[in-house]
Amino acid sequence: MNPNVEKVDKSRFEPKRPGSQDIAWCPGCGNFGIRNILTTALAELGLNPNEVAIISGIGQAAKMPHYIKVNGYHTLHGRAIPIATGVKVANPELTVIAEGGDGDMYAEGGNHLLHAIRRNPDITVLIHDNQIYGLTKGQASPTTMKGMKTPTQPWGVFEEPFNVIALAIALDASFVARTFMGYFRESVEIIKKAIEHKGLAIVDIFHPCVSFNKVNTYAWYREHTYWMDDHDPYDREAAFKRAIETDPLPLGVFYINEKPTFEELVPAYKRDKTPLWKREPKVEEIRKILDIKRRL
Amino acid sequence: MVEFREDLSVVLGGAAGQGIQTVEEILTRTLKFSGYNVYANKEYMSRVRGGINTTEIRVSSKRVRAFVKKIDILIPFKRGVLPWVKDRISESTVVIGEKENVEEEFLEKVHFIEVPLTKMALDVGSQLYLNTVAAGIVVGIFRGEFSAVEEYLKERFGSKGENVVQKNIEAAKKGYELGLKLLEEGAVKVEVQRDEKVGDEILLSGAEAVALGALAGGMNFLSFYPMSPSTGVAVFAAQHAEDFGIVVEQVEDEISAINMALGAWYAGARAMVTTSGGGFALMTEALSLAGMAENPIVIHLAQRPGPATGLPTRTMQGDLNLVLHAGHGDFPRIILAPGNIEEAFYLSTEAFNLADRYQVPVIILTDQYLVDTYYNLPEFELDKVKVEKHIVEAKPGYRRYELTEDGISPRAIPGYGEDVVVANGNEHDEWGDITEDEELTVRMQEKRAIRKLETIRKNAPLPRLLGGEDAKYIIVAWGSTLHIVEEAIEKLGRDDVALLHFSWLYPLNLEAKKFFEGKTIIAVELNVTGQFAELLRKELGVEVHHRVLKYDGRPFSVEEVLDALKVVVE
Repeated sequence: MNPNVEKVDKSRFEPKRPGSQDIAWCPGCGNFGIRNILTTALAELGLNPNEVAIISGIGQAAKMPHYIKVNGYHTLHGRAIPIATGVKVANPELTVIAEGGDGDMYAEGGNHLLHAIRRNPDITVLIHDNQIYGLTKGQASPTTMKGMKTPTQPWGVFEEPFNVIALAIALDASFVARTFMGYFRESVEIIKKAIEHKGLAIVDIFHPCVSFNKVNTYAWYREHTYWMDDHDPYDREAAFKRAIETDPLPLGVFYINEKPTFEELVPAYKRDKTPLWKREPKVEEIRKILDIKRRL
Repeated sequence: MVEFREDLSVVLGGAAGQGIQTVEEILTRTLKFSGYNVYANKEYMSRVRGGINTTEIRVSSKRVRAFVKKIDILIPFKRGVLPWVKDRISESTVVIGEKENVEEEFLEKVHFIEVPLTKMALDVGSQLYLNTVAAGIVVGIFRGEFSAVEEYLKERFGSKGENVVQKNIEAAKKGYELGLKLLEEGAVKVEVQRDEKVGDEILLSGAEAVALGALAGGMNFLSFYPMSPSTGVAVFAAQHAEDFGIVVEQVEDEISAINMALGAWYAGARAMVTTSGGGFALMTEALSLAGMAENPIVIHLAQRPGPATGLPTRTMQGDLNLVLHAGHGDFPRIILAPGNIEEAFYLSTEAFNLADRYQVPVIILTDQYLVDTYYNLPEFELDKVKVEKHIVEAKPGYRRYELTEDGISPRAIPGYGEDVVVANGNEHDEWGDITEDEELTVRMQEKRAIRKLETIRKNAPLPRLLGGEDAKYIIVAWGSTLHIVEEAIEKLGRDDVALLHFSWLYPLNLEAKKFFEGKTIIAVELNVTGQFAELLRKELGVEVHHRVLKYDGRPFSVEEVLDALKVVVE
């Protein structure tokens, strides 16, 4: 993080590339709000575009790397987290964000999320959670509420919605938060905390899908959420209790568990902090091994 | 009395968990140290304990690098070994061991030398020393250097305490003296020349060569999910991770493995994944991402028989079609198949330069046979190994997918340079942003799938011709069968037969056609359909006249290839 850059001016994150001008999101989509929140957070943290990498999966949320000027890799459905982990461990100097929707991170990418929590790379995982599949036109997602009827669940969803907050706390995740993008300032602060947190930070971001989710609207999120003003995020049991509340749904930082990160623990960085891309092969180590193979 | 000269095949057989590997290590290392050329290869069952596993160790006056069917000396550690290898036993086979481990029916067919292994081990203190006794006997028969056995045992068991080391040395000594006695008594006569230079060579397995080659090529990231027979590479890398300053991570599945490695390359690391056919199948989605995003990746695939779980611990050259066609859409890839341990090292090194230069998946195709093979070889020429990096700085206005004549766009990485790097698995414009533009789509498709492929093809090395250019018969082999076919041709002893060996499988340089003109072509492959013969037809329009195929999960033996070639050329 560069102390010399202008902290409030977020225009440096405005991409001026020809392909970034035609934004694919629907008018009124919550993704616009999240982009605004994210660029504000990055600017307020004093980051430069070339110091940040956003790795996204597939879906409307995953188009973020095209609408913001930072390093970006728009990858495959569900695979943003392993790719982001690879980026971070190859160059720990980068601020790495994995970004995707609820289908991307919780369905296709569910297994990776679980293991990323165990592995604890210092990345921020932002989940645009609109409780529906938007880009494929309105099928249920892992967080769609029970009873919602969709074109592919005409009988109404009967599966239990995914409670990622409870799950992450159960796995002793490093940082777990939830926000609603309709609350701008609070969301900026949460995302700043998540990025600054050392270790895997999961932020579930509620946002409406104005085209396909007629239940979880802007008004619905305001009515069915509340801010945890009196919560101690270092208290795991209390965090878990909050995590299983369903209506209203708590917002804020549920849980913080400070622990060593993946990059700190891998042998590669034990003696040397140089990013992998700057390193040269250690031919003398190969000679040593061959010497042993010569002796016996 | 049975006499063996120049070249012997010693086979040890026993149950998984009986410690055959220890015997194999003692023998290969100490016999090599004593100046004998050695070669070892094992076959094993997919189980932790029990069953029957065997190891073949060839000991020779000259370099030996190929699997032979014949067994000169057999040491069975349990009943059932002789029936398991019955096709490899002849009248000249000498069986050394305990009577209870030799089935009645074989006693008359072989030369049986009874040795009280169990008793000798118990005399030292425990049945546990039985393997060491047996190893001692074999070293004795070759009049190997006992000091090397001692040295090895100290290193191998040093961590278990002085007592264990001493007991093992005692057991080996008892065996060694018995071995010498068998020679003196004339029970067996062995004449193999020693060569001091051999003692100074290195002894390495195929798996170690792949790992070392990758490290020499600058590999600094390895992600994997354990899968036989590819895991050896990960084991080796993990054990040296700290010394080399590299990341080695066992991940949740193969999907994660390759994606993590793609991320590492995107950020400038040199990353590899090691897997087998089934694991690679899971990676194919990400393989297409690598193709579209032009993200370099090196994949080591140690083949085993499939489909599905197939024979998980055995060998086959059955995944060529998989790596050739895996992925959706059109994009180039490079497929390498080392023919021996030296090539496993040098090609694994080169794989990283190729991936970096062309920004494509580079697949190193080995197999169980190669990764589990050991022999002595001269030290690698490390000074010749060059790490060629092709990373540029992201200057203002940088375009990740800049359209160029040769199809190669300069690759920048995040954090190096002022501008940003946007990579994309969707069809994209030159900056990396999504496009659905017709004309741009056409140009990007052609850039990747035509222009870049042609650039690679043009620079692809030619296959290696072993034998005369005017030979009438061309035997085509690829990958790990190199020395088996080579030795078979040598034994065939005909000037009109030459070997054309491919270790660069795809894309093929069109100039390779010249080797085939006017020849009778025989393809030798370890699979049921002749996958490489089909590739030759597709790539070069070459028609193979005869196919020598084997597909029982075992490697070719020199004898089998020789017999098959005789049928064709005589």
